[in-house]
Amino acid sequence: MEPALIRELQSLLGPANVLSQKEDLLLYEFDGSVEKARPEVVVFPHTTEDVSRIVKLADKYQVPVVGRGAGTGLSGGALARGGGVMIVFARMNRILELDLENRRAVVQPGVVNLDITRAAEHAGLYFPPDPSSQKSCTIGGNVAENAGGPHTLACGLTTNHVAALELVLPDGEIVRVGSRHGDAPGYDLCGLLVGSEGTLALVTEITVKLSRKPEAVKTLLAIFDDVGDASHTVAEITARGITPAACEMLDGWTLCTVEDYIQAGFPRDSAAVLLLEVEGLREAVESQAAVIAKICTTNRAREVRTARDEHERELLWKGRKNAFGALGRLAPSNYVLDGVIPRSKLSEALQRIQEIGKRRGFQIGNIFHAGDGNLHPILLFDPRDADQFARAIAAAQDIIRMCVSLGGALTGEHGVGMEKNELMPLLFSDADFDLMRRIHDAFNPDSSLNPGKVFPLSKGCGEIRVRKASRNATARK
Amino acid sequence: MSTTASLPVRLEALLGRNRVGATEDELRKFMIGGRIPSAVLKPRSAQEVAETVRFAASEKLALVCCGSGSKLEIGMTPQRYELALGMAGLNEIAHYDPADLTLSVDAGLPLKTLQMALKQKGQFLPLGVPGGESATIGGTVVSGIDSTLRQQYGTARDFLIGAEFVDGTGQLCKSGGRVVKNVTGYDLHKLLIGSLGTLAAVTRLNFRTFPLPETCARHLSSFSDAESAMNFRAALLSSGLPLSNLEVISPEFSAVAAACLKAANQSVPASPSSSGWNVYAACEGHEAVVRRIARELESLTSAVRAKKSETLSASVGEALDDFLREAYDHLISTSPSVVLARIVLPNFTASNAMEISRLAQGGSFRCAFALRAWGVAYLALLAEAEDAATIEELSCAATIVFATVAQKRGTATLLHAPLAVKERVGFWSAKPPDFLLMQRLKAVFDPQTIFAPGRFAGGL
Repeated sequence: MEPALIRELQSLLGPANVLSQKEDLLLYEFDGSVEKARPEVVVFPHTTEDVSRIVKLADKYQVPVVGRGAGTGLSGGALARGGGVMIVFARMNRILELDLENRRAVVQPGVVNLDITRAAEHAGLYFPPDPSSQKSCTIGGNVAENAGGPHTLACGLTTNHVAALELVLPDGEIVRVGSRHGDAPGYDLCGLLVGSEGTLALVTEITVKLSRKPEAVKTLLAIFDDVGDASHTVAEITARGITPAACEMLDGWTLCTVEDYIQAGFPRDSAAVLLLEVEGLREAVESQAAVIAKICTTNRAREVRTARDEHERELLWKGRKNAFGALGRLAPSNYVLDGVIPRSKLSEALQRIQEIGKRRGFQIGNIFHAGDGNLHPILLFDPRDADQFARAIAAAQDIIRMCVSLGGALTGEHGVGMEKNELMPLLFSDADFDLMRRIHDAFNPDSSLNPGKVFPLSKGCGEIRVRKASRNATARK
Repeated sequence: MSTTASLPVRLEALLGRNRVGATEDELRKFMIGGRIPSAVLKPRSAQEVAETVRFAASEKLALVCCGSGSKLEIGMTPQRYELALGMAGLNEIAHYDPADLTLSVDAGLPLKTLQMALKQKGQFLPLGVPGGESATIGGTVVSGIDSTLRQQYGTARDFLIGAEFVDGTGQLCKSGGRVVKNVTGYDLHKLLIGSLGTLAAVTRLNFRTFPLPETCARHLSSFSDAESAMNFRAALLSSGLPLSNLEVISPEFSAVAAACLKAANQSVPASPSSSGWNVYAACEGHEAVVRRIARELESLTSAVRAKKSETLSASVGEALDDFLREAYDHLISTSPSVVLARIVLPNFTASNAMEISRLAQGGSFRCAFALRAWGVAYLALLAEAEDAATIEELSCAATIVFATVAQKRGTATLLHAPLAVKERVGFWSAKPPDFLLMQRLKAVFDPQTIFAPGRFAGGL
């Protein structure tokens, strides 16, 4: 990287907001995925104008730019695959406006997901998308990846809770899209931008919709001696038209690991549990909980427990949300996959995951959003063992192919990033890519913004060039 | 380069003789703003749509996709219009998996037919939209017409999970999929909603479906002034009661409703005349829940000064619900000259709702106003004449409304108006700040500018 660019960035932002020493940059070469790529300089803007000027400088020196929130992403979306400038939004972390009467909040991209809820909960409002990392992940990253979470089953993904955005385009121009209320006139650019994985623009301000906290919540734990019975229960709940707020499954092997770490009260000797939550008006919650409990029992649940109070409920959720951390104690690294299948095919999918595990030599755990068919198989491996790493990648690809063959998709909430971009042809035709690439180029013509993501580099989409291949940038070591 | 005279013949060579219509009646059915296409094409598959689009692109012929034709007047008149692409031949339910609550349907299938198929499995698509018997699912989505159920279920963007469409180069493309949770690739299907057919020819749409509610309740309260009605609306919104619809309707709007209901042998009990402002609240779902909401609605009304307030009987409630769902069609056919605008403000307070609703008053036309859910308002100017003076008066009134809305940092969109008013006032109150990006998207989707050119403002 040219020292002149670093000097210009320092004079623009102040030296405290620019990192360019190798030991500092090492912190930013990882995210929550198994990928790795190091930026050449990391900058911390405070305002939208800062972001615009940074982007213009990067353009002047012809180096790529990537945005990053807390770096908790699971598909490499916030890694500097092309080296260059990484814009970390950690210091753009203010809630600019809380309009409680109209249920809107205007926030900067570096605001932590859970902090939005914390700011609004005194008025009985909250921000529904709740990724497992919600205590640390930022809303900017949620918007880029269209993040989900257990409660998206009833509430929808991030895209359903974002009303408007302020963007900085790759040429530094600042544009607003969407509408605070109602439908924005013209094309739904806000809908296109959410989930575009930072490949079209950098988001510098977000207007989110706040929802009213439900009057009543009931959390059930259904315990099964057979994974198939648990799967059939999920299918039946869905088919009966009941939409719980959340419907999570943990398999027996995962349960034991979680229980060793958290003592959430999960039974160690079961084959699977379903963590089910219903919320809404008291009357609805009571009747839905009763119907769900009955469906569980009919499908041979050994026991259906109801959380007696908020403490018990929190403990169950703690077990669920920290499950990945618990598994981290077993191996140097873990690979959390993300695939989607039609909900009616759950039983078959779980069986095939076990077969793939056997074939590739892994014990694969499953902790996932069963209610919307969003699988999260987990592979434990040692990245220093090249053979094991290669087998983990191969097993992951087998699983994603299986999801597609069942009528599903590559990712339900983690994004494509640089994890699955080469698998995109499983779902999309040349015509699909051609149109998506033309849209990409209409926003980001030089691929200066987050290069090497979403589109397969191996296919004809090599035009998603990595601007000025940088010596420090290393993809997937 | 071709001449339009030989066009039907060459189109017959493309799709076959019985797939090309060129009779006066057929062509008039798809007239837009007085413009009549040279031919109507009737493809029966997405491949045939793609072939037609490729043909149109190579000959630079302007093309408008038409369903039943019920919403063709939304938007500006296309600058060019040679071909109408009648989508009625694409009318299959391609996949329906009730156990998964997912659906994939051809764009030309009438929404009503679709809802009947879903009903057999105890499900539905929560689109409370106008269109009667014949409006197609494709036209409904692409028109961007609003849903009376948006308060509870959101709009199409909240449950459209994928689409297939032909872009302006004639390529059959897709986005999304048939699973309820999916972030693979760009959400291009969202761009198609409300695009008025200016981006692509939509051939198939994928949705998540919803269980039919067990029961519903509808409540109507009448107030002597707008402020009391708006205060009641605010109380309902802050109560957090899960309502499926909430509308504040002005005296004139109520009068149109009363006339329609009378025609259906029903009456609006709380406001037999047009003297009051009404608040309509509907809820649906589980029986115990609906009973509870109805009870709380009653007690909330007792705390405000309603002239009259009651839970409607099933038949009256249903008739009023039908009217509100079909209000677009009722309003545009209620008078010889009608201007209908959709207005969104950052914050609808009692005072600015009243201001907007009164802006256009005082002319020789009636002015009906309704405010739906969290803040989508409809303003209809209903004039009994079609002469130049009336057009002048309507244009002036609409211009004032649009300017006031823009001043309040809101947006107004003209849904329906006499041609001369449309040309004077334009499609929207102000070019959106992201218009530049919209132009780029239009160029990407439709490089030859063949899809309904100019139906959006600014030449899009």
